[in-house]
Amino acid sequence: MDIKADTDRCIGAGMCALTVPEVFDQSEEEGTVVLLDADPPASRETAVRKAVQLCPSGALSVS
Amino acid sequence: MTEAPSRPVTFPTARRHLFDPPGEVLQWQRQGALHRMTFADGHLGWLLTGHAAARAVLADNRFSNRTELTHPPVAHPLAGQENRQLPPGFFLRTDQPEHTRFRRLLTGQFTVRRMRQLEPRIEEITSDHLDAMERGDRPADLVQAFALPIPSLVICELLGVPYGDRAQFQRDSAALLNLDSSAERMGAALVDLMAYMRDLVLRKRAEPADDLLGGLVASGELDDEELTGVALLLLIAGHETTANMLALGTFALLRDPAQLALLRDDPAVVDNAVEELLRYLTIIHMGPVRTALEDVELDGHLIRAGESVAFSLPAANRDPERFDDPDTLDVTRPATGHLSFGHGIHQCLGQQLARTEMRIAYPALLRRFPGLRLAVPAEEVPMRSHMTIYGVHRLPVTW
Ligand code: SF4
Repeated sequence: MDIKADTDRCIGAGMCALTVPEVFDQSEEEGTVVLLDADPPASRETAVRKAVQLCPSGALSVS
Repeated sequence: MTEAPSRPVTFPTARRHLFDPPGEVLQWQRQGALHRMTFADGHLGWLLTGHAAARAVLADNRFSNRTELTHPPVAHPLAGQENRQLPPGFFLRTDQPEHTRFRRLLTGQFTVRRMRQLEPRIEEITSDHLDAMERGDRPADLVQAFALPIPSLVICELLGVPYGDRAQFQRDSAALLNLDSSAERMGAALVDLMAYMRDLVLRKRAEPADDLLGGLVASGELDDEELTGVALLLLIAGHETTANMLALGTFALLRDPAQLALLRDDPAVVDNAVEELLRYLTIIHMGPVRTALEDVELDGHLIRAGESVAFSLPAANRDPERFDDPDTLDVTRPATGHLSFGHGIHQCLGQQLARTEMRIAYPALLRRFPGLRLAVPAEEVPMRSHMTIYGVHRLPVTW
């Protein structure tokens, strides 16, 4: 998995951190996405894809 | 088979069933995502009822959220005057990059992690109110005893608004959201609320405070008018939304004891049950509205620049193409992906706070009062049909 997070687009809604806290967090100051693990184990793929889908701002992508 | 409406519709508001959107909006939805609609000011625009299309438009920056560009879906007492009165910090009604400037200042305060840190305090506030309810008279009004004060106290503490002032701002915020208010009453409520907030901002400037508003003042990023608008937006949004979800959600659960029991007895169901109640009840029921900044093709239709699109989020959240058996409350279904907090850059800033409050408050209430029941026939519960946020005015309960 290759996850990309665009902090400029991110609006800090937190859907990613809520859905896969092992992979996504939010910065203390701005609340924008922090990628904890850009290449997580395959077992997390479904959850990561769900987070990408739920992100309201289109800040996340996975390939 | 019913025909697709051939003439422009108007925004339907008359509900036949307590928890379901008006019947015609669901019928139309099953015929297509977009329908020509006449807005309250006569503007010919669109009604959007489909889930996929709603998601697409909400995330599309060719559509604007600016007040002065949008038309009112239903008659609004302040129509036409509103944009002159809304303070600059009411950033909900702005576009990028203006919106981003405000949002970025606030998102750090509403992260998933921040909300987890608030859990113990929210649990304490919840159990204090349940204690008081238990000691008080039966029947009780669940709105006044539980649903309104809990989110109200939480947002006051978070923002740094004195909770002792609540009688005033709760009354004014209720008047502001009531579409049956006269223009004078609604205008006066807005003026009062802004004066109250401006005063509070000035006090925080004089005496630095360790709360959200104090932090915003200290950041030096916003002027006093902007701070007033931001604070007002957060106070109203933090109050009315969760309060209505708590009361209406409890009402829906009381009407469906099997679902209630699942939520009460199985902690593993709680998070999902909250999402399902958000989906099923969709209390933001009259909008939002966006206006096309250029011609946009959608779902086989051409939306022209300048035309407004009004969303029926309750219909979108009952779209059978997105949710199986959508008219059934099922706390075990996969309910995420609902649009109850919106989508796109304006998606609810406080959604993680609202989730945290609901995840704590519903099960705490149901466990404390296993015998909780309505104290009046369901038909006698006064519904908030003419409020911009749906719910109940009162919910008499006993146990
Ligand atoms: S879900 Fe999207 S917008 Fe929200 S914090 Fe994560 S990346 Fe940012």
